[in-house]
Amino acid sequence: MTSNVSDLADSPIAKGSASHSSSSSPLVIANNIVKRYGDHTVLEGLNVSVNAGEFVTLVGTSGCGKSTFLKMLLGTESPTEGQLLFNGKPIAQEPSPERGIVFQKYSVFPHLSVIDNIMIGLEFTQSRVWGRLLGQARKQARAQAEHWLQAVGLTDAKNKYPHQLSGGMQQRLAIAQALIKRPSVLLLDEPFGALDPGIRKDMHKLILSLWREYELTVFMVTHDLQEGFYLGTRLWVFDKDKEDANNAERYGATITYDLPVSDMAYSHPVTQQPTALKSALKSN
Amino acid sequence: MTKLINKRPTKWLALCLGLLPFIVALFIYQAASSARKAENPQDKLLPSFTEIKTAMVRLAATPSKRTGEYPFWEDTKSSLVRLLKGVSIAAVIALTVGLLAGAIPLVSAGITPTITAISLIPPMAILPILFIVFGLGETAKVVLIVIGITPIMARDLYQRVVEIPSEQLVKAQTLGAHSFHILHRILLPQIAPRLIDAVRLTLGTAWLFLIAAEAIAATDGLGYRIFLVRRYMSMDVILPYVAWIALLAFVSDWLLLKLSQLSFPWYHQNQAR
Repeated sequence: MTSNVSDLADSPIAKGSASHSSSSSPLVIANNIVKRYGDHTVLEGLNVSVNAGEFVTLVGTSGCGKSTFLKMLLGTESPTEGQLLFNGKPIAQEPSPERGIVFQKYSVFPHLSVIDNIMIGLEFTQSRVWGRLLGQARKQARAQAEHWLQAVGLTDAKNKYPHQLSGGMQQRLAIAQALIKRPSVLLLDEPFGALDPGIRKDMHKLILSLWREYELTVFMVTHDLQEGFYLGTRLWVFDKDKEDANNAERYGATITYDLPVSDMAYSHPVTQQPTALKSALKSN
Repeated sequence: MTKLINKRPTKWLALCLGLLPFIVALFIYQAASSARKAENPQDKLLPSFTEIKTAMVRLAATPSKRTGEYPFWEDTKSSLVRLLKGVSIAAVIALTVGLLAGAIPLVSAGITPTITAISLIPPMAILPILFIVFGLGETAKVVLIVIGITPIMARDLYQRVVEIPSEQLVKAQTLGAHSFHILHRILLPQIAPRLIDAVRLTLGTAWLFLIAAEAIAATDGLGYRIFLVRRYMSMDVILPYVAWIALLAFVSDWLLLKLSQLSFPWYHQNQAR
């Protein structure tokens, strides 16, 4: 099933070629973002800008705020202070079609077959009242969905239900489901965290080939540093840069390292890590 | 040697083991009935199977002299119609309330306290009010069933909606769904099999309220008949009626399960995992 994508992803070193629209203004800009829950500061002093076509991986210890930042991009959390701009405008405060998401679990609808799961994204936008297509419109949507089935290598499972799929296949489905909307950014929240190592490798190939072929902009949260180095064109390390020994919740985390991932870093991911970075991530 | 806890019965053995208590109970009844009859041939407490058969032929296979109807089948029909009406109305209300309250926080805030308050009222305590308001006809009996089971079902369905992972709702929004899309295409289809579960669970309670209403004010129905012949200690009618009610309950539960398995295969295969 992976054979049709593996030839596209034979050489991850060739990545970076997808930085197509970097000349235009940044897609995402974060201006001095702070996130607090009561007295608990989760994030502070976050200043970044990301161009279309980048593959950003977010790593850090658990509770470091990397998922919180992803949720801000998604629209389910909002910054306490500061500004998060998307396409030059403040980002919408609820999830919307220009930001696709794949969670670690529960991203697909258990009551729909694989093909219906992919098609439903088209049904929602093309049938504004009932969200259900019939006749010719349904046929067209189905054909489009089949293209994405093929793109993620799920054609054989077309009529199965999600519970009949393995974990890896469910994540392929979740990715296809998101991509049919052609979102400006694809958000991945530890998408491969629950998969076996072998399957995870296949998924890495798949996501890189999709990223290159469809010129995606990807933000991916992962707790696996290797994965972060391997997949990203840019790696963000979330960590606290100051500590209050008496009150651990006083200071929030920020992006302590913003590393452009070169091909060299890819080929020797461990040896190329700065020592400080390694110690910052030792709990991983 | 295999340990006892690891021994599994074959299909046939399981069936035989399951039937055994019923057969034993019938034999014990037969023996007890004979013993009492030997002492007093007029005994009515444990009628013989022949007497039960005679009584049932009289009720189920002989037209009533007054109306020309078969009382047993008329009773069954009336009771089932009341039950069906009550349960259907309750299911529709519970589904609407559970779905809306589970999906829309604003609705939940407005409706949850009311549902909780209603569910705290013992339905039997307001039965006189129902008879006063709706009269002694069919409406009062149906309403008693509705009031008795709707709050249970609505709270159950609300819980089931809330349990649906929020990831699915976020995902649907990123696919362009608006609130009604999510209700109609994501939540409703996933709640439908759970509605059948809720009906199966509350069916016993529905029977309870039906029999109670029929016992107090009715002119036909299974509960009416049982409470009518109680005056004459007609155990030869009461016992087969009770067995018949149990059989009806069993069959309706089984039919609902089959309906659910046919309509929502994904749900049952998910449950099995």
